[in-house]
Amino acid sequence: MSTTDAGVVAPAGSPRVDDARPHTARRRRRIKDFEAYLLLGPALVLVGIFAGYPLLRSVWYAFNEANLFEGIVKFVGFDNFGSVVTDRDFGTFAGNTAVWTFGAVAIQLVCGLGAALLMNQRFVLRGVFRGLAMIPWATPSVLVALMWLWILDPNHGILNKVLLGLNLIDQPLELLSSPGTALPTLIMIDVWQGVPLFAVMILAALQGVPPDLREAAAVDGCGRFATFRSVVLPVILPTIMITTLLRLIWTANYVDLVLIMTQGGPGTSSTTWALESYITAYKSADLGKGAAYAVLQAVILCIFVAMYLRMTRRSEKS
Amino acid sequence: MITATATSNRSVARIGLYVGLLGWLTTILAPYLIMVITSLTPQSELDTAGASLWPAHVTLDAYRELLTGTPFLTFLRNSFLVALIAVPLTLVVATGAAIALSRLEFSGKRFVMTGLLLAQLFPAVLLVISLQGQLQTFDLLDSKVGLALVHAAFATPFATWLLKGFLDSIPREMEEAGRIDGASTFQVIQRLILPLLTPGLVAAGTYIFILSWNEFLYALTFTASDSTRTLPIGLHLFIGEFQIRWDLLTAGGVLSVVPVIIGFFLVQNRLVEGLAAGAVKG
Repeated sequence: MSTTDAGVVAPAGSPRVDDARPHTARRRRRIKDFEAYLLLGPALVLVGIFAGYPLLRSVWYAFNEANLFEGIVKFVGFDNFGSVVTDRDFGTFAGNTAVWTFGAVAIQLVCGLGAALLMNQRFVLRGVFRGLAMIPWATPSVLVALMWLWILDPNHGILNKVLLGLNLIDQPLELLSSPGTALPTLIMIDVWQGVPLFAVMILAALQGVPPDLREAAAVDGCGRFATFRSVVLPVILPTIMITTLLRLIWTANYVDLVLIMTQGGPGTSSTTWALESYITAYKSADLGKGAAYAVLQAVILCIFVAMYLRMTRRSEKS
Repeated sequence: MITATATSNRSVARIGLYVGLLGWLTTILAPYLIMVITSLTPQSELDTAGASLWPAHVTLDAYRELLTGTPFLTFLRNSFLVALIAVPLTLVVATGAAIALSRLEFSGKRFVMTGLLLAQLFPAVLLVISLQGQLQTFDLLDSKVGLALVHAAFATPFATWLLKGFLDSIPREMEEAGRIDGASTFQVIQRLILPLLTPGLVAAGTYIFILSWNEFLYALTFTASDSTRTLPIGLHLFIGEFQIRWDLLTAGGVLSVVPVIIGFFLVQNRLVEGLAAGAVKG
């Protein structure tokens, strides 16, 4: 009888549970979605209104003839892009942007790694040192420009005073006024400002390397460089990659320093795509063509993001 | 012999370490030092002798003139006001988003995550082109509130990412215990998550402040009068206006960077941890 009772109860229970579960799960999911979007709502609204919508609208501008005074005049398809690509200086702008972006980030990465390895050693006041090291990153770009304009000033700047005093040069260098040296000088200033971020990010990653991994490598007789290459580098690589990607994006889009220090000159020798976009939109009042420059750059940056995502996905699988 | 050699090698390495550190620190801080010294040098001395590491005379004349003879204090106040609006607004918005992304599973989550990364991808120039007309429509052009809203929108993606990184490093056990006891999602957030998130909020708040305080391009485009211009724009004008007044320019620079450095040092440990946590888990 007890066995029979148990048998009877079990079948009765199962269907009820099965019936209840999908319904409850669906209801719970709807509640979850509601809660999530309630929390996300303000962010989506704020970013949507002041970033998302203007983004879409600017992209639309790129396909129209548009100016500051009348807004959109008429649809012109790809004419703005054609105008950008056939511009006499297109190659110069592309070259400047590539040199500026990859040059600045590559040097920052190398110097940042070196600095991180330095800071990873034990020494007194390391925390204070790290704080001091980050100051350039936290400094307004207009102030960075101001400081370096003064340091590099051909008439009164300290750099020329020192070099002249040591007889290393016989007349003042005008680094920002020479077509050949303006962009490299801007790159070195951006490096000065950007190395701290790389250093601190990589340092944090280095401090996440398990000590036992390193010790195991040492026991196996690995030298310092071999340990670094086979043990440390794989662990810090994700941080290096994400920092490099974000910095590439940021640097490509960064116009403040160039705008303030050289205005893209002399001539067009330090004009990047982002700067030309701004100049075209606001000095020539041609919003359509300005937007086309910016869209073109955004598309290229999207390609780099896609490459990065693909690399990380591949490494996750392996 | 081996011991002596090892000791010698270690000493050399130690010296090399400190030389490297001092070299880097000098590279970092030298421009600031030069700026401070210049701001304390009389204009007449700058005109004749140029930059010097040892001015013959020291004076505060540049600071006096800056504070009483230029709109500098107005620019300073504007920057504070813009940041004071942008920081709390961004923190509230980004905290909600970070909690949703870190703690809840929901439809469209991956899309939102990707959107946050992509939001940092597009040139500010691209947004500026359309935003101007938009702010004009809202009557927010040449307005501190308008600029603060733009700064908040600009800062939200990264602040969200930063806070999500902090949240991901907080164990879930306490929240799960809270839920078992019958607490609702919002009770869990209010009583358990927010207190634990305080250090992250301080770090993110500082980051947002620095971002707003330093921001140049939006301010350049969207402000047109002394009553709304922020410090970076004011300094930019000074560079054009006081082209040969390096004492005045550097004094402005010193006063501009001091709040940032103070704020930064107050939270630099947390900020650095947050940046690193966000990067690794992002």
